[in-house]
This record gives sequence, structure tokens and C-alpha cells, in this order.
Amino acid sequence: MIPATFDYVRPGSLDEACQALASDEDAKALAGGQSLLPLLRLRLAYPSTLVDLGRLPELTGVHDRGDHVFIGAMTTHDEVMRSSLVNSACPLVALTTATVADPAVRHRGTFGGSLAHADPAADLPAVVLALDGVLVARSAEGEREIPAAEFFVDYLESALRPGEILLGARIPKLGDGWGYHYEKFHRTAQAWPIVGVAAAVRRSNGSIQEARIGLTNMGPTPLRARAVESALQGAELGDQVRQACEQAAEGTSPSGDLHAQPDYRRHLARVLTHRAIRTAAGSP
Amino acid sequence: MPRITVTVDGVGYEEEVEPRLLLVHLLRERLGKTGTPVGCDTSNCGACTVMLDGKTVKSCSVLAVQADGCDIVTIEGLGSPGSMHPMQRAFHEEHALQCGYCTPGMVMAAIDLLRDTPDPSEEAIREGLEGNLCRCTGYCNIVRAVRRGAQEMGQAVKSS
Repeated sequence: MIPATFDYVRPGSLDEACQALASDEDAKALAGGQSLLPLLRLRLAYPSTLVDLGRLPELTGVHDRGDHVFIGAMTTHDEVMRSSLVNSACPLVALTTATVADPAVRHRGTFGGSLAHADPAADLPAVVLALDGVLVARSAEGEREIPAAEFFVDYLESALRPGEILLGARIPKLGDGWGYHYEKFHRTAQAWPIVGVAAAVRRSNGSIQEARIGLTNMGPTPLRARAVESALQGAELGDQVRQACEQAAEGTSPSGDLHAQPDYRRHLARVLTHRAIRTAAGSP
Repeated sequence: MPRITVTVDGVGYEEEVEPRLLLVHLLRERLGKTGTPVGCDTSNCGACTVMLDGKTVKSCSVLAVQADGCDIVTIEGLGSPGSMHPMQRAFHEEHALQCGYCTPGMVMAAIDLLRDTPDPSEEAIREGLEGNLCRCTGYCNIVRAVRRGAQEMGQAVKSS
């Protein structure tokens, strides 16, 4: 379908962009458009104005900031997955990004667009949540830091305020001894995950010291599997890990749709969490 | 209305466009580039894949205004009936199509894959084409065609 009419502005500076978004409550920021344009075509969204962030070079790029990596909001998925810095310092981000959609979508879709869209079925929000990322937003009032745990408010709703633009996210470097994996279940190669599990595991002497787990599509926002994280502390690989992963659906509220009912999603969360943890721990 | 300039298959155009005009509609309805079909219109199928500044995009998921100043190559810019691109020829020779609707997008995605992976394995081809759906062939001949096209393009590079 053809989208409904809207006005279009392409700001040349961040200040102009913030102003354009602040001056009209129905205006919407356009990043890569890979989620927004399908919504417009299906006439599920009716913004008055699209504020195109595509020509603001200050929003792109990946930067080493010592204890964390800063990924600019308009950095494309393709650039993120190829970045040697992201691959070495935040491998979970790189390997998950490589599974997002397909190559053509990754050429346009952006890291920040995926986060700001706040779709619980998107892969990257669960990863940023699991890694305790911090999102950085800017408005006419200045910059603001938002921990990932507070950023995802509800289905397609982030903590960004009108007139605020996501600049990017700080991803803490976890250091040595960690293993990573993103496990997702989807119907076809490029489809949205029915359930996804992002796992980072620190292992020593055959047992797990620490684990961080983010769940995709197990509620209106991405979620941490806190019960599993606690149960995995000191767990030995094998039965103890398997038992810990049985708690993966605790505290979740998955929806039902034509692809999966809630109880099936809870089952998938348990199975996929076990697979993700085993792979992240290097234990086939 | 915004005025944009684009280069499509080597020719420069200046167009006034409604902001909501999709790139695929600019190509087909304004510039007559009907070699690029509209498939699913929901960014799933990849039939409308073109190159935007050298990288594949699904042209149903890009606004024409976003392509302002960009260089676009469609299937029509790759070769001509008398002088096909090696990848087009490989699709023809390996019978990698039946109805042909997905073929323009498949060929663009295949060429994009070879930028990074000039000699792709079967698995790499299947991964590289994951955003392009074919409902006729079962993909086997498409995979063979991409391998053959890759070999011929590799030969072309070596002999040039």
C-alpha cells in the first residue's frame, strides 16, 4: 500500500532535528525506515511529519570509550556487525546483529532505530538489556542517560520524550572470560523471532560464575531472566545448568498470536535459554 | 514538493516527489524502470531489490526522498539482452527461474553477496539470499546459478 501523506524534513544539525520533533507532537524520527516504512505502508502509523536523521554524520560510527563502546544510533546493522571494535569488545552485539532480518534490510536498518522502535520482537533490545547498556538521548534541554532497564516502557514505547533524539548507546565491555550466544526460533530465515535469548556467561573451572540473559518477545518489553541468572551462579555444567534454565519463563508475560500461544512461548524460552547458555559456556 | 536528484543506471534525473513516494514507485512509474517488480510490498520478499550506493536495499522500504543524491543500479543497468551480465547469464543457463518474478532481486542480491565473498559456498549463498523469496524453483538451481556466476565473474576479473 501507499502511505498516507506526511510532511518531510531533513535537518542539517541535531539542534534542528530536536526542534522539528519538539514543535510537532505527531512528528516522528525516521532512521533507516526498515520498521517505520512498513508500518506507514500498512497504515498502522500516521505521523504528521517525518524528521529524517539520515544526513547527520554525528549519529553514526562506533567509538572506543575505555570501559565501554559507544554505538551511534544511525550506525547501520551492516556496519555494526562488521565493526572490528564491536566484534572484539561486545561480541554479543555483533553476533546478534548478524542475525537481524537479511542483508538488504541490514544495509538500511540502524542500531538506534531498532532500539527506539522498542519492538519486543526485535533482537537488539534484549541484548542491550542483558549487557546493562545505557542509552543516551538529546533534546533542546541537553543530554540524558537512560539505563536500558528503564528505556523499554511498553510495546513499541520507549522512554524517549517528545523532542528527544536517541544519540546511541553505551555498551559496557565485560572483559575476559565471557562467552556469548544469541539463540532464536523463527519460522523463516529472515522472519521476526517467535522467541529469542541473548546470553553472556562467565565460566571458570567447569562451572558458571555469572550469567546475563535477555529475552526477546516474552512480554511487551525485552526482559531479563533474573531467576535463571541467580540459579546459574556457581552452577556446574550439566544437570545444574539444565535445572536453572527451567526457570526461564518466570516473570514473563508472552502474548499469543497466530505463530505461537503463550504456553508455547514459555516452553521455547526454557529450551532456547538452555541452548544459549550451553553454547555461550562453550559446552556442546 | 521536495526536489531530488538521483542517478539511475548511469543516467541523472531531477524529480519533484511527494514525500510518501516509495523508491520502487519512482523507478517504475516515473522513470519507467519496470524491470524492478513490486512483490510483497511488506519488505519480505526481496523482488524489488536494487543497489543504492553499491549496496542492496529493498526499494519498497526506502522513500524516494531518502535516495536524494544517491546512485541507484537496477536490473536494467546490469546488462542488455544482447550482452547479459555474467550473473544474468548464469541464471539463464542454470534455469534458475520459472515465473521470473523474483529474478531481478535474486540477481542483485547475488552480486551483492559476491562483493564480500567472491567464491561463496552453498551455505553462504543460501545465507546471502535469505532476504529473497522464490516460490517456484525450490532454490537449488538458484544456488547453482550463483556459484556459476561467481566463477564466471572471478574469471572475468582474472582475465581483465
